[in-house]
Amino acid sequence: MADFQRSAPDAKGHLRKGPGLWVKLRLDPFLLILIFAIMSFGLLVLYSGSGASDAAVQRQSIRYSVALLVVIFITQMNLRHVQRWIPLVYIAGLLLLLAVLFFGVGAKGAQRWLELPGLPRFQPSEMMKLAVPLMVSWYLASRPRPPSLAHVFVAILLVAIPVLLIAKQPDLGTALLVGSSGVFVIFFAGLLWRYLIAAMVIGAAGMPLLWMGMREYQKQRVLTFLDPESDPLGAGWNIIQSKIAIGSGGINGKGWLQGTQSHLDFLPETHTDFIVAVLAEEFGLMGVCLLLALYFLVLLRGLVIAGSAAHPFDRMLAASLTLTFFVYVVVNIGMVSGLLPVVGVPLPMVSYGGTSAVTLMASLGLLMSIHARRPQRT
Amino acid sequence: MPWLKMDSQRQEVSQFKARLWWALLLIVLVFVGLISRLIYLQVIQHEHYVTQSDNNRQQLQALAPTRGLIYDTNGVLLAGNRASHSLTVVPERLIKGHKGIDSMLTELAEVVTIDQDDIKRFKRRLNQPRRPFSPVTLRFQLNPTEIAQITVNQHRLPGVRIVPELVRYYPMDDGFVHALGYVGRINDRELAKLDSVNYSATHHVGKLGVERFYENELHGTVGHQTVETNARGRVLQVLERFEPVPGKDITLFLNAQLQQAAVKLLEGKRGAIVAIDPSTGGVLAMASAPTYGANQFVTGISNANYQALRNSDDLPLFNRALRGRYPPASTVKPVIALAGMDTGIVPRNYSLWDPGYYQLTEGGRFYRDWKEGGHGRVDMHKSIVESVDTYYYAIAHLMGNDPMTKYLAKFGFGQVTIADQPEATKAVLPTKQWKRINRNASWFPGDSLNLGIGQGFLSATPTQIASMTMVLANKGQWHQVRMIKAINGQAVTKVSDIGRNDPKQPIDIKLKRNSDWDGVHNAMIDVMHGAKGTGRRSGANSSYKMAGKTGTAQVLGIKQDSTYDADKIAERFRDHGLYIGWAPVNNPKIAIAVIIENGGGGSSAAAPLARKLFDLYVLEPKPEVKSEDNVGGS
Repeated sequence: MADFQRSAPDAKGHLRKGPGLWVKLRLDPFLLILIFAIMSFGLLVLYSGSGASDAAVQRQSIRYSVALLVVIFITQMNLRHVQRWIPLVYIAGLLLLLAVLFFGVGAKGAQRWLELPGLPRFQPSEMMKLAVPLMVSWYLASRPRPPSLAHVFVAILLVAIPVLLIAKQPDLGTALLVGSSGVFVIFFAGLLWRYLIAAMVIGAAGMPLLWMGMREYQKQRVLTFLDPESDPLGAGWNIIQSKIAIGSGGINGKGWLQGTQSHLDFLPETHTDFIVAVLAEEFGLMGVCLLLALYFLVLLRGLVIAGSAAHPFDRMLAASLTLTFFVYVVVNIGMVSGLLPVVGVPLPMVSYGGTSAVTLMASLGLLMSIHARRPQRT
Repeated sequence: MPWLKMDSQRQEVSQFKARLWWALLLIVLVFVGLISRLIYLQVIQHEHYVTQSDNNRQQLQALAPTRGLIYDTNGVLLAGNRASHSLTVVPERLIKGHKGIDSMLTELAEVVTIDQDDIKRFKRRLNQPRRPFSPVTLRFQLNPTEIAQITVNQHRLPGVRIVPELVRYYPMDDGFVHALGYVGRINDRELAKLDSVNYSATHHVGKLGVERFYENELHGTVGHQTVETNARGRVLQVLERFEPVPGKDITLFLNAQLQQAAVKLLEGKRGAIVAIDPSTGGVLAMASAPTYGANQFVTGISNANYQALRNSDDLPLFNRALRGRYPPASTVKPVIALAGMDTGIVPRNYSLWDPGYYQLTEGGRFYRDWKEGGHGRVDMHKSIVESVDTYYYAIAHLMGNDPMTKYLAKFGFGQVTIADQPEATKAVLPTKQWKRINRNASWFPGDSLNLGIGQGFLSATPTQIASMTMVLANKGQWHQVRMIKAINGQAVTKVSDIGRNDPKQPIDIKLKRNSDWDGVHNAMIDVMHGAKGTGRRSGANSSYKMAGKTGTAQVLGIKQDSTYDADKIAERFRDHGLYIGWAPVNNPKIAIAVIIENGGGGSSAAAPLARKLFDLYVLEPKPEVKSEDNVGGS
C-alpha cells in the first residue's frame, strides 16, 4: 500500500532535502494559490458590493482566516482513522436537521438555524454538505463496484433523506448542493449508464410531482425565472436588475466602485448571492472570465487529485467535492445571469458569509488531504 | 483471485477516469455555456442594458417654479406660498406590489388621520393614468406631529414618502377670495388645456379671479434636473440642474385695510361692495358677502364642507360683486338725467308737478313714486336729490329706449367693464333688439318708464355700477377698471401692457355742455349734504364733501325657495338697498357702489356703509396693515 509513502528525492535529485514544507503541512500549493487568488479578487468585489464597507471586508477576512485554519486542521487529520466516525457524524447531522424542523429559527418563512444553548447559531444543513458525500462515499467504498441496484437504492436513501429535510426548511439551494454531492458520489462509484439514463427519464417524469410538492414561493421563483418581466417589481426585480448590471458592464466594466446598479441599490443582495453581478458590472466580461478561469483551474486541480487518488473512497469523495464546487459556481452564475431559477447558492470564496465559506474550505481541505496521501509515482 | 482483484481494480480505475473525463467535458461545456451567456449579455446586448442602467439611475425631474406673490397696493401680502407636506405613496414600491394598498392604508391610518374622503380621492388619483413610480398623494397639509409619526414609522411603510412643496397661502383668507380668487389642484379638464411641459411639476392652478386671470404671469417657467436615484427613488445626487423661473409678483390696487373694512361691514348680510380709485380705475376693494375661506380650496376642500358651501341658501360661493345682477334702481337716475339733457330731448330747465304717480295715458296704469302724495314741483336737481321717480317716468317717456340705453352703454352697462376678473358678467342692458331676441316682444312705453328708474329689464353688477360711479365722478373720463397695479414692480395701466386683451370699454364721454356734469354733481352732493337729500344722514358731520345717490330696488322676480320658510321668503322679498358715491367731491379718491340684498332702502341699508369706507379711505393717511403672518415669498 502506498498510502503513507513519503516522497523520495526526485529524479533530478537536487534541492530536495527531505519532504518539502508543503508536504509537511500536507497542503497543496497549487490549490492554495488559486484559493488565495479567488479570495483576494472576492474581497475586492466584496468591498464594492458591500458599499465600500471596511467592516464587511474585515469580517470576511477573519472568516477566511478561520476557514484556512479549518483547512489546515482537516489536512492534518488522518482520514483513514476519521473514516469510522462518518456514519456517526451523518446520523448526528440527520438528528440536527430534524431538530431544525421542530425547534429551528429563521426568517422570511424559512427555518434554517438551530440555537443550542452554549453554541453559536448554526445551520445543520451546512454540515450535511460534507456529511452526505462522506457518508455515501464511505458506504459505497466498502461495497463492490459498480454498485448493485440494492446498494444504489440505499445510497439514494442516504442522500434523499437529508435533502428532503433541507428542502422542507425550505432551503432549495442547499438541498440542491447536498443532493448533487451525493449523486456525484454514486455516479463516480460507477453507476451503470443505463441506470443513470433510466433515472433521468424517471426524474423527468417526476417533475410534475415535484412541482406539486413545491411551496408557493418556490413555484413563484420558477415562474419568475421563466418570465421575469411578468412581475418586474416583485419577484422578477432581482433577475432583471442583475441582468442590467451584467449587461451594462460590457467587456471592460464600469470600473471598481463605479457600478451604478450596485451602488445605487438597484441590485439586491450585492454582497451575498448576487455579488457576481457587481463583479460583472464593474470588471466586465474580462473580470468574470478571469474568475471563471480561476474556478476552472480549481476544478481541474480537483479532478487531477481525484484521478491520482488510490483508494476508492478518496476517489469518489474527491470527484464529488470537485463537482459540487462546480455546481456552486454554475448555479450561482447561472442564476444571476438569468439562466437558472433564483436559488440561494453563494459564489464560492467571493460571496459574503461565514458558514458556507467554512464548509467550502473544509471540502477543499478534504481535497488537499486526499492529495497528500496519494500514491507517489516513481 | 488476486489477479482477478487486480484486474477488476484496474478496470474500476479506468472506468473512474473515464467518468472524470466525462465530468471534465461537462464542466467545459457548461463553462462555455456560461461564457456565451455573458457574451450575450455583455457584448451583444450591451447597449440595451446600458440604456436600461441609465434609465434606472437617471431621472429627469421637473422642478416647479415658485408661484408669484400677490400684494395689495401698500405691499401687504395677499397671496403667498408656504411649505406644505403631503403624504404620498409610490404604489410600485409597496411590499408585494398591488395587494398591499389596503393593508398599507390601514397601517397608515394608525399613524395619521386619513378619512374616507382622502381614501376616495387617493383611489381616484391612483386610477388615473400616471407614470410608473410616480408618487400618488394621499393627504395634504400634514402637521408636524404627523410628519414625526410617519418618519418614525418609515421603515414599516415602504413606498410611503413625505413630500414637501410650496403651496398657495392666503394670509387674510376670508373676505379676499372674491377679489383674488384662489388656486386649487389641477383637475383633468384643466390638465388637458395646460401646457403639459410647463406644468409638469405644478400641482395647482388659478381657478378663479386674479389667480386665474394672471395664471401665466404668476406661474413662472418650469425648471428641471437630472438626478441620480437609487432603487427606492431617493435622490442621491443632482447631475444637472436648470432652475425654474419663479412667477412674477403682482401688486394690486386693492387696499387690504379697506377691503377688510368692507368685508366687516357686510358681515351677516348678503351683498357686495366695490370701490374704485377714479383717478386710475384701480379696484380698491371688492367684497361679496357671504364669503368663504380660500385656503381650504388650495389643498382640497372636504366634500362635506364643499357641499355645505354649495347648498347654502346664501350662496357664499357666488361672487356678487362680479356676477350679481341687480336692478341698479335710482342709482342710474343721474345717467338718465344726463341722457335727457345731452340729447336735448329734455330741456335743462324741465320741471313737472309730481302728484305721486305717473300715467302714460289718461286713466291708464299708475306708475307710483316712492313717496305717497308726491314731491310737488320737481326739477332735475330735486329729482336727483330726493330721487323722484315721477320725474324719471316722465323723461323716460319722452326719450324712449334708444337715448337711455345709448347713454347707459356709455357708462358701461351691458358690458364687462373690468379687465382682469374673468368671472365678471355683463348683465343686461335692455335695448329694443335685446327685448326682441330675448323676450320676443317689442319695446313698450311702460318698459321705458321702468328703465328710467333703473328697474325692469335693466340689471347691472356691482362692479358695473361702481364703474359708472367712477365715470360720473370723472365727468366722463374712463380708466380701465382693473385689479392690477403693477407686475414685478412695473406699472400696468392697461392689461394690454402685458399682452392681454383689453375689454371693449366705452370711450370717454364728451357732453355737449360740460356744465351738465356740474348740474348732476351738485345734485349728487346735495343728496349727501342737502337738507332733503336721501343720503343726508350718511353725509352728515363730515370734514370733506361727498357726492352720492341712493337706490332701492324692488324685488319681484326672486324665485321662491323650495323651503317654505315664511320668514325667510318674506325677508327675501324685501327691497335691495343700493348706494353709489364718491369722495372727496373735487378730487375724487374713491368711487364706491354698495348693494345690500333685501336690506331695505338704500339710504339706510347701503349709504352708511359707504360713509364708513369714505372716512376710512379719505381721512386716514395710507395706513399699514399687518398681515397675520408673513409667509412664503421668493
